Amino acid sequence: MFNPTWAMTIEMVIAGVSVIGLFAALGLVLVLMERRVAAWMQIRLGPNRVGPKGMLQSLADTVKLLVKEGMTPDGSDKFLFNLAPYIAMMVAMLLMAPIAFAKDFRLWDMNIGVLYITAISSIMVISILMAGWASNNKYSLMGAMRSGAQIVSYELSAGLSILTIVVLTGSLNITDIINAQADGWWIFKGHIPVLISFVIFIIAVTAETNRAPFDLAEAESELTAGFHTEYSGMKFALFFLAEYINVFIVCAIGATLFLGGWMPFHIGNWEAFNHVMDYIPSSIWFFGKTFFLIFVIMWFRWTFPRLRIDQLLNLEWKYLLPISMFNLLLVTAIAILKWHF
Amino acid sequence: MNNEELKTKITELLPSAIFDETGEWLNINIEPTDWLTFAGKLRNEDSLFLDYLFCLTCIDFKTHLTMVYHLSSTKFRHNIVIKSKLDFNNPEIESVSHIWKTAIFHEREVYEMFGVNFLNHPDLRLLILPDGWEGKNPMLKNFEDPVNMIKL
Amino acid sequence: MLEEIGTTTEGDLIINVGPQHPATHGVLHLVITLNGETIKKVEPHLGYIHRSIEKMCESLTYRQFIYVTSRMDYLSAHINNHACALCVEKGMQVEVPERAQVIRVIMDELTRIASHELWWGAMAMDIGAFTPFFHAFREREKINEIMEETCGARLTMNYYVPGGLMADLHPDFQKKVKAFITLFKNKIDEYDELITGNIIFINRMKGVGFLSKEDAVSFGCTGPSGRGSGLSCDIRKLYPYAVYDKVQFDEILETDGDSLARYMVRIREMKQSIRIIEQLIDNIPEGDFQAKTKAVLKLPKGEFYTRVETARGELGVYIVSEGATTPYRIKFRSPGFSNLSALDTMARGGKLGDLVAMMGTLDLVIPDIDR
Repeated sequence: MFNPTWAMTIEMVIAGVSVIGLFAALGLVLVLMERRVAAWMQIRLGPNRVGPKGMLQSLADTVKLLVKEGMTPDGSDKFLFNLAPYIAMMVAMLLMAPIAFAKDFRLWDMNIGVLYITAISSIMVISILMAGWASNNKYSLMGAMRSGAQIVSYELSAGLSILTIVVLTGSLNITDIINAQADGWWIFKGHIPVLISFVIFIIAVTAETNRAPFDLAEAESELTAGFHTEYSGMKFALFFLAEYINVFIVCAIGATLFLGGWMPFHIGNWEAFNHVMDYIPSSIWFFGKTFFLIFVIMWFRWTFPRLRIDQLLNLEWKYLLPISMFNLLLVTAIAILKWHF
Repeated sequence: MNNEELKTKITELLPSAIFDETGEWLNINIEPTDWLTFAGKLRNEDSLFLDYLFCLTCIDFKTHLTMVYHLSSTKFRHNIVIKSKLDFNNPEIESVSHIWKTAIFHEREVYEMFGVNFLNHPDLRLLILPDGWEGKNPMLKNFEDPVNMIKL
Repeated sequence: MLEEIGTTTEGDLIINVGPQHPATHGVLHLVITLNGETIKKVEPHLGYIHRSIEKMCESLTYRQFIYVTSRMDYLSAHINNHACALCVEKGMQVEVPERAQVIRVIMDELTRIASHELWWGAMAMDIGAFTPFFHAFREREKINEIMEETCGARLTMNYYVPGGLMADLHPDFQKKVKAFITLFKNKIDEYDELITGNIIFINRMKGVGFLSKEDAVSFGCTGPSGRGSGLSCDIRKLYPYAVYDKVQFDEILETDGDSLARYMVRIREMKQSIRIIEQLIDNIPEGDFQAKTKAVLKLPKGEFYTRVETARGELGVYIVSEGATTPYRIKFRSPGFSNLSALDTMARGGKLGDLVAMMGTLDLVIPDIDR
């Protein structure tokens, strides 16, 4: 009965169910969190009617979206139009695989985890382009084109800032990267260059996930809703969900690379202090850091005005990319000369 | 410039102008055919410099239409009013949209509301009314619309 | 590339912005010709809420027609009413009591602040910052409460009648206005911190939507849109009405002519409005709030024109009277209509994102344009 094939199948099913479960739970939590953070910054209350303290608001929204008619416009390319939201969601799900949620708790411990993440996250742009093109709507097309230019550009800086940690660790494996931070997180150990690459990483991933102030692909006041103008019902919800899951994942990656993932706050060889820190479960460390970064990204959204498309590309190609290239050089020198702590 | 000075200056520019000082500002009645050259002079004459057309409208007096142009100078701060009687059945006057650009919109409004034909207007189309209202001019006194108008 | 701007060729992308669009704040319809993201031409199509107020007024008496004008530029309802009341008073040659004049000026300036606050929030939302909207509305709500108490309405107040005011002030009026002034003085610095100094905001606004002084005059752009181009056009200064000649305030001029200049004019104008209110709020003279007028008003045969400064610019009311109880012809020279006509000139060569910033800083109120 329990031969390796069956064991593998059961394992796969459990993994699949938990990923989908996590996916749904995260979607609900993040949407609620966004609305509460927004309300807090905008001196209002936010959702407070459905369920205790409005906790079930996003569940109610999901039910509403589920029972809504999923319209497909007449002039659209029906196959691509319907496929696009699923690709967006699949990409978000695939990215879950190498993330370490707690100590020894991950779906797939592969030796090229970081490379896998950068590779898979580039597919996201395809779903957006697909949605924009298939909608047969000028607003959608413009949103998709903006988003294409934006994601492809910002991937460079994001990739280069991830590379700084890979250079310091000497490994693409996420477990190795986390273990290398047992005596302190990279953001503290790596001097100013790692700090710079952390800032660039946060800016770049905000742009990559199409979040304000880089939300040109949606740009409500210019393009009504950008690439998902024509989507409604559950198909829209999938895009919406994928956006939040992507935010979670990039923040998780940021937390893993720069803030030590599930690794508790350790300082060098202060054994006693490190032991006290170890009493806090590793999952709390991981989610705490991730949600802190998510909060930062939400904070951006509700504070900054949107950039214009040419300013967006200027920022990347004229500032962030040269800085991160030079920064990578600096980090390499630090790694070779062992100047980091 | 006060009204007397304005009158002397304007008589120089257009001897056929008829003045009327009953209102707040100096009113000048002119023939529609004189309007284009006169308007150019009003705008470009250095001592007048009437560069600001702050109101352009039309009045339906049932027997004739009257175009009313309120002009002001941003330099000297004097205001004058130009009036021109148009034939009711064939209202036509030269456009001044190349002299005062605000007239592009205002003349389009008068065109659709009163049916005044502005000659040499760059873009004389309906502005406010939807398609299909060409030739029906709601601001005229004899306009009847049994569906949309409620008589008080 | 540049010489192509303004012409339409095959292959250009033509986009309908509106009549239902988040950035038009109403039912404005713009047909935009684009080359990539660059705007080649903007063509406004109006009339989606045209109610023909001018025609309506022809069948309303001089007491009645003022109420309709609250629905034109609904954000400066008081100031519209003021223009009409002034025009009728000019025709009737009625002397308005000093008390009514002072109260009118205070109300006008409160309206101006409320209108600029709504503009500030909505404009920030246009360029992608959502939070300012709520902050602006928090203070605007205070003004609305003051208005509601005295006038009985929050938006279309109809407080002015020919000859003065409809009713006297609420006893709490002075106290509440003073409380508001203290509050607002702190908050306006907060606005500056939140948006004005933001680097993204400045980059979005600076050099965008340039309107030269010559074009501003030629297009008849008035109000903050004209003053942002260095055109001195504040009616309160040039042709003072009510008690504006007795109070100290500055006409705000910026010479850059871009969106940032128009933005700064409005922000600084709010501070001037506060200054005017501060001078008047403790000096409201005692006396009648309304002059004695006949129950049925009849204007003598003739023409009457008044100009006032609304939050958007110069509003002209032109009444042609034949001596009857109703106006023979009435024309509202609305500021938004003229300001909108400059949009095409401003937008050409800009990016699609700039158009939103330009429309924001022109402060278009669609009922004011359509009338």
